[in-house]
Amino acid sequence: MVYEFRYNQVFRHFDVLLEGAWLTVQLSASAMALGLLIAIACALIKTDGPRPARLLVNAYVEVIRNTPFLVQIFIVFFGLPNLGLRLSASQAALIGLSINLGAYATEIVRAGIESIPRGQIEAGVSLGLSRLQVFRYVIIMPALKAIYPALSSQFIILMLASSIVSQISAEELFHSAAFLESRTFLNFEIYSIVAVMYLVLSIAFRGALNLVRLAVFRRP
Amino acid sequence: MLRAFTFNEVLFLLDATKWTIAVTLIAFVGGGLVGLLIMILKVVNNRPAQWGAAAYVELFQGTPLLAQLFVVYFGMGLFGYDVSPWVAVSVVFTLWSAAFLGEIWRGCVQAIPRAQWEASAALGLSFAQQIRYVIAAQAARIALPPTVGFLVQIIKNTSLASVIGFIELARAGQIVNSATFRPFLVYCTVAMIYFALCYPLTALSRRLEGKLHGAH
Repeated sequence: MVYEFRYNQVFRHFDVLLEGAWLTVQLSASAMALGLLIAIACALIKTDGPRPARLLVNAYVEVIRNTPFLVQIFIVFFGLPNLGLRLSASQAALIGLSINLGAYATEIVRAGIESIPRGQIEAGVSLGLSRLQVFRYVIIMPALKAIYPALSSQFIILMLASSIVSQISAEELFHSAAFLESRTFLNFEIYSIVAVMYLVLSIAFRGALNLVRLAVFRRP
Repeated sequence: MLRAFTFNEVLFLLDATKWTIAVTLIAFVGGGLVGLLIMILKVVNNRPAQWGAAAYVELFQGTPLLAQLFVVYFGMGLFGYDVSPWVAVSVVFTLWSAAFLGEIWRGCVQAIPRAQWEASAALGLSFAQQIRYVIAAQAARIALPPTVGFLVQIIKNTSLASVIGFIELARAGQIVNSATFRPFLVYCTVAMIYFALCYPLTALSRRLEGKLHGAH
């Protein structure tokens, strides 16, 4: 018996998948922004913070980096209500993804901050820049510029990992796929299309991140 | 009637951990062999081979592992193969690991300066000897820390095998949770077991890297 592929039946409901893809884009972009903020804060603490805070950040980074994301969102979504914190699936997904990215990006951002020579900061101070100006123009922007390639790859990895939040039934592309599968039973067709959609998304994200790089780090 | 989360449940989780380790080993060995092939295709002087390998890497690094698992699991069923989760999981994790290990090792081989090839050729070493004594000998040293680091990635990602019904540590956690309904406790225990597996390897990878940089 030869299986007859029924891709046209899936394409008839392609709008469901497109909607899911758009949710994935939104979820990933929000998690990238939040995760980067967490990472910058943690990286600053790691390079220049008080010892107890440094130890805390170290523990956070190590715990997240050495446990699976699947288990992390299970703890956030199924576990936290035990402690009295009830989150919706999409809230848990966003929080889980941001916390996860934050830990990986902390190490990346820290490497960037440490690549700024001490003399540059002193030069900034002696030019009469305020603390905030030194932080913005001398430390964080050059640091981010230096580590941007590594950060972009981490962002793409996050976008792909966002498919895992379908396991707590948060709505995004993979969840839409599962929904469509329950309606049509065309599992192979659906998941192969969805795989291609993720491939397109990762190429699109890479392009968008390059544009961001051009826009933000224009100056030499 | 709910069960309590007792030492027996912990033992059940620990027992399932052996399947996590088994899949990790299959992925690492299988992925290592296929990855070696990918690495060779990428460094040889042959355009179609390079393109083929690049497409392979893009395909497996640009799609979620979850999607790969589903496509292979359901795909094998369509083509009339016996769909045991074991086979699907082994195939997917092997192919997926290969894409990453191939890329990591390519970087390490290409980090060896061209002059080393030329020098060893000038010394009259055969191609096999060049690879064995000059290139591989040096590349392997650079490759060790990131390879151990990737092993940690494999361990963590085997948790996704649970979605196609493969019983390993994460799936065992779900089973225990549905019997005891103590999700926080159960999943934290599961996370601790993963941490106990991964952290020593992370630390080892970091130490190896430190040694490498110290040596220069």
